[in-house]
Amino acid sequence: MALPIYATPFQRAWHYTFWFICGLVLLFLMAPILVIVPLSFNAEPYFSFTQGMLSLDSEAYSLRWYEDFFSNKMWLLAVKNSIYIGVASTCLATVLGTLAALGLSRQHMPYRGTIMGLLISPMIVPLIITAAGIYFFYARLGLAGNLWGLILAHTVLGTPFVVITVTATLSGFDISLIRAGLSLGASHSRIFFKVIMPLILPGVISGALFAFGTSFDEVVVVLFLSGAEQTTIPRQMWSGIREQISPTILAVATLLVGLSILMLTTIELLRRRSERLRGQSPG
Amino acid sequence: MNEMVARTDTLNPLTADAREFEGKALRAQLARSTRLEKAKALLLVLPLLLFIGIMFIFPLADMMLRSTDNGPVAELMPDTATRLLDWDQSTLPDEAIYAALARDIQTAQKERTLGKIATRLNFELSGIRSLLTKSARKLAQMESSDESWKQRLVQIDQRWGELATWSAIKRVLPSVTATFYLSSLDLAYDAKGEVVRKPPERAIYVDNFIKTFAISLGVTLSCFILGFPVAYLLSVLPTAKANLLMICVLLPFWTSLLVRTTSWIALLQTHGIVNDLLVWLGILNEGNRLDMMYNMFGTVVAMTHILLPFMILPLFSVMKSIDPSFMRAATSLGASPFTAFIRVYLPQTKPGIAAGSLLVFILAIGYYITPALVGGRTGQMISNFIAYHMQQSLNWGLAAALAVILLIIVLILYWLFNRIIGIDKLKLG
Repeated sequence: MALPIYATPFQRAWHYTFWFICGLVLLFLMAPILVIVPLSFNAEPYFSFTQGMLSLDSEAYSLRWYEDFFSNKMWLLAVKNSIYIGVASTCLATVLGTLAALGLSRQHMPYRGTIMGLLISPMIVPLIITAAGIYFFYARLGLAGNLWGLILAHTVLGTPFVVITVTATLSGFDISLIRAGLSLGASHSRIFFKVIMPLILPGVISGALFAFGTSFDEVVVVLFLSGAEQTTIPRQMWSGIREQISPTILAVATLLVGLSILMLTTIELLRRRSERLRGQSPG
Repeated sequence: MNEMVARTDTLNPLTADAREFEGKALRAQLARSTRLEKAKALLLVLPLLLFIGIMFIFPLADMMLRSTDNGPVAELMPDTATRLLDWDQSTLPDEAIYAALARDIQTAQKERTLGKIATRLNFELSGIRSLLTKSARKLAQMESSDESWKQRLVQIDQRWGELATWSAIKRVLPSVTATFYLSSLDLAYDAKGEVVRKPPERAIYVDNFIKTFAISLGVTLSCFILGFPVAYLLSVLPTAKANLLMICVLLPFWTSLLVRTTSWIALLQTHGIVNDLLVWLGILNEGNRLDMMYNMFGTVVAMTHILLPFMILPLFSVMKSIDPSFMRAATSLGASPFTAFIRVYLPQTKPGIAAGSLLVFILAIGYYITPALVGGRTGQMISNFIAYHMQQSLNWGLAAALAVILLIIVLILYWLFNRIIGIDKLKLG
């Protein structure tokens, strides 16, 4: 948005005001993330900057909250559970979601709209309602208070993301590629692995990342369904915020920000790769 | 086409009958192959459909049914239940019913089911729990006498001589109840069994639904006001610069909700960073720090922050597709930049505005975590009441009724979203 040379003073003023407004909004978006990183190195158990931190006194900074995190049994159990539940539910959600997306993108799919609506609904229904329904039902199946219940529930919550991303990748899919493969004598399974898979893989992986992110961040269902043994990172943070506010959660938060940067970068790289594969210029 | 038919005729000299026969066969073949294709497509979708059906839709439906389920009282007090069926609620029941009730209470006490009865009845008329336990205790101590059961029970507690108590019992006997829905709408039965409004101090849910709507609307509006300029800026900047700024939108989007909520607590609490900054700048005195956390303000700020990317991303993708020459054409035809924006640019962004606003509103109306953590007393939304009745008061019927009402609202919005934008247009990242 460059300013033309012939801009009137009023246009000039508006131009800079507009940039200023946008700058404020972007600051609003980034501030919480920017603030939490330095705070996690606070040597004092406070949630705000101390005099020492502001004057960049090295005494005022410490790694004690990180040490606390890595030596706390509950936190380590939470990390283990979160990864376990996240990986297992992501695998399930990815397989189920990709298959469904392949079906939904077929030309002759009957009741496409209705089925798509049903499959996406776990994303739309308020989490508290999902959690309440799942709690009653899973308790009866003996799935409350163990990891399997959480894995299945998180699979439900993760599948819509996989369905959406893979269907989106398939929408630009050129069906003549399959015909070309067939006419050249390839078997159906060979076409799936050599032609379809490489093309939809970026969508599958980004869907899987969304599913993992959802599971890794989900707390409402966990609150209803888990006992003390099945604590997860978000659940520990939840009780940390509610009961004893200790800066350890700031250290965890910083580590999670690092994780989200990693995921965001991966998604972005995948998006570019997908667009390159489909012959569009990266935008 | 005619030429084609003519050529086939010459090549393939079949009679008209034979041609029709062949046509039919071809149609049948086509139908068969389409059916096969349909079956294949369905087969691929089936595993997930079954999974979602069993693990999600069925549990939801099951929970919804609790909102009209009247509970086990009729089975646990069988004698009273059958006798009360014919009672017309205009006068107190007769001696036989009092006797049946006394027997049923004593049996329930022995079989330890009185607690269940008392819990259910207490949702109907508060205070009835203590009445039942008190009566059970006194009945056990009572020696046999000539007095009628009616006299004895009224002696134990005069509430047994009130119509309200009896009509409450009669109401929990049918298998289906409307009590929980009435409660959700701040209505209740009076002693005569007619529906009346609850007294204002006990009417909380209608107000809370309105408040939930207001908060969601406020969040949607602030997301729109904050998101529109940024989406516009991102759509007109050169790609490299836009990508850089896009990180500011996407990083929060990918950051854990709890991390962001924690961070807002650090920023907005009384001794938080914003207040510290304002005091340091001399805008505020040490004494009058602002209360920005643990109230409705904190909830709206934190929710706006969390939902803002859901507004910016759809707006951005629509704005990106708007041809800038329209605006240039408008100005060259003499429109002021303002008029050109209102009459030419804004109408073209409508699909983005609709998608972003509906998405933010749908997500906001069911919000639970943020209000629970930073809402304090004034920032609670309907989801928090559902959680309260699920976990603390254990009034699952009321929780289910509130959930059904919330779900209906969300599903209407979802349907609207699907009609206007289409879920297949929903993009992520």
